[in-house]
Amino acid sequence: MKFTSEFRRSELAGGLVSRIHRHSKTPARLMEFCGGHTVAILKHGIRQLLPPTIEMLSGPGCPVCVTANVDLDKAMALAKVPGVILATFGDMLKVPGSNSSLQEAKAEVADVRIVYSTMDGLDIARRNPQKSVVFLGIGFETTAPTLAASILQAEQEGIKNYYMLSQHKLCPPITRVLLDLGEIKLQGIVCPGHVSAIIGSRSWEFIPRDYGIPCVVSGFEPLDILQCIDMLVSQIESGEARVEIAYRRGVRPEGNQTALKLLDQVFEPCPTSWRGVGTVPQSGLRLRERYRRFDAELSFDFDPGPTKEHQGCICGEILRGVKTPRDCPLFAEKCNPEQPVGPCMVSSEGSCAAYYLYGVQGSAFKVPGFPISV
Amino acid sequence: MSHDLVARIFLPAFTNPHLAKLDDAAIFDTQGRLAFTTDSYVVTPIFFPGGDIGKLAVCGTVNDLAMMGAVPLYLTLSFIIEEGLPEDELQAIVDSAQTAAADAGAMIVAGDTKVVPHGSADRLFVNTSGIGTVPPQIDISGSNARVGDKVILSGTIGDHGIAVLSQREGLRFSTTLQSDCASLDKMVAQMLEVSSNIHCLRDPTRGGLATTLNEIAAQSRVGIRIEEDRIPVRHEVRAACDMLGFDPLYVANEGKLVAMVAAEDAERVLGAIRRNNLGREAAIIGEVTAGRAGRVVMKTSIGASRIVDMLVGDILPRIC
Repeated sequence: MKFTSEFRRSELAGGLVSRIHRHSKTPARLMEFCGGHTVAILKHGIRQLLPPTIEMLSGPGCPVCVTANVDLDKAMALAKVPGVILATFGDMLKVPGSNSSLQEAKAEVADVRIVYSTMDGLDIARRNPQKSVVFLGIGFETTAPTLAASILQAEQEGIKNYYMLSQHKLCPPITRVLLDLGEIKLQGIVCPGHVSAIIGSRSWEFIPRDYGIPCVVSGFEPLDILQCIDMLVSQIESGEARVEIAYRRGVRPEGNQTALKLLDQVFEPCPTSWRGVGTVPQSGLRLRERYRRFDAELSFDFDPGPTKEHQGCICGEILRGVKTPRDCPLFAEKCNPEQPVGPCMVSSEGSCAAYYLYGVQGSAFKVPGFPISV
Repeated sequence: MSHDLVARIFLPAFTNPHLAKLDDAAIFDTQGRLAFTTDSYVVTPIFFPGGDIGKLAVCGTVNDLAMMGAVPLYLTLSFIIEEGLPEDELQAIVDSAQTAAADAGAMIVAGDTKVVPHGSADRLFVNTSGIGTVPPQIDISGSNARVGDKVILSGTIGDHGIAVLSQREGLRFSTTLQSDCASLDKMVAQMLEVSSNIHCLRDPTRGGLATTLNEIAAQSRVGIRIEEDRIPVRHEVRAACDMLGFDPLYVANEGKLVAMVAAEDAERVLGAIRRNNLGREAAIIGEVTAGRAGRVVMKTSIGASRIVDMLVGDILPRIC
């Protein structure tokens, strides 16, 4: 079992696609919450295989994209504090804040290092005892436990020069806000796979209960996603609404208890600002009192300056599912991955970047078709 | 310092009559058409699994010549060395450059070294140039792809990029993967022996296979259609790409080639590539079409299709 090629087999995909075509009668708009799903759907060409009754809509599930400028500006300002090394995941490097990106800050004065794991950030702190290493903690429930683990490790080892700028965000609260806003009508939700691996599928039960919308947790391979859509169609056609899992190799109803305990030990929920939505209570994570000495915001003197929004950019509306990248006048013209205006064009999980990269650049052309056995 | 380095490290390694004269330029006789190329190498780290910057510089330059159907003859190497680079490391790099040049039958006939202050370069940069002769009747170019040509790939993609990335600070992960860094001149000679209908050759280095195919499609004003399932990718590369959020189509290679070959010769050329040790996993991955000029389309594993665009920006690891 390699966990990839087995989930890309065309004959199995064909079977699922046929079932979806046979069963889907009611027009249904499905939102994939997670940016990873948006990328997978476009990369594998899944939209082309679906019947016209099904519309896929991208949601707010890209942690880079939903980080508001006010928070990005803090990271840029911190990176410029003398003696600070800012450790970050690669996605963050090119994201434009109000005035500049970390990449630009890096070119000027800042020492910004790309890492893949929080433990690598800790390692930089160990090797540079005369510097202060700030880890830019961006991500959902998926990455937050690893940040928590790094804080506990730093405490255990007595590492004094490791800090965190926690800009973590929680998925269920923002989903509730989007549904309460009522701007989009959804018939089904493709729930995030990796986030649900941590928080458990039970965390989504409020959606069918309070909003009557079917939910299925999906993995990221084409067969996972097709199976998820098939299960959503079954619920929609039978008039049911419940939470199901189409990703049993990764997700349990109760989630990952070890990771959840780590999270709870180190972090507590707090209000945080979301791009396109504003401040949402209890939707972020900050360090608990006991670990405040690791909090970069409280440990350094820095001035992010006034926040500015990107002129003409509709990332906020795209993240709310109200508009698609193709509705943006800047898309592929003024805003492209080389010269991004908004964050959705930068992140590898951003809707705009995925639309751009996988050729959904406009409605003017269609990809020449291959024979699809349905 | 530089003079000392030349005498102690470079001359003994690269020894040949042209270099030994220590004149300002090498003089040599040639006949027929010449191919002339240049490149710079700034890879970090300078040692990586399967090679180092010296081998990479020679193989890369040899391959640029080979992709025009040229027989590599003479190379120049210039080293820009950051102060403090350990001499044994420089020696190892120079030795491996010489081994790679000798393997390709090319002579390093001129060179230069500059030592710059700490911080003015990242350990070591290498600039090269290369000259080769192009046999008569050879007409290989990125603008020669014709509708109906088969697209042949000489082996697995992404090995170099992932092997190098596995050694970077902050991204270090353990893998047995080696860079595919190698000279392809012999493979090309074997291909040219069995077919006179090889229209394009290119090595998919930075930007990967996707970028190379887009370049050819644009230059030749043709469409290209490939099939995802036919593209050989090592399991380790696929796994690392899934983990880091990369697409193997965009990851660099340093010992692979893409050929556009007339359909009737495709199997023969594929056979010639596979007989070479570096080409055992070669495959026909698609064909040149009359589709929209400059567009590369891929049939995905699940039977849908998508556009494969050029690499834009740098590839950076994702968050989750």
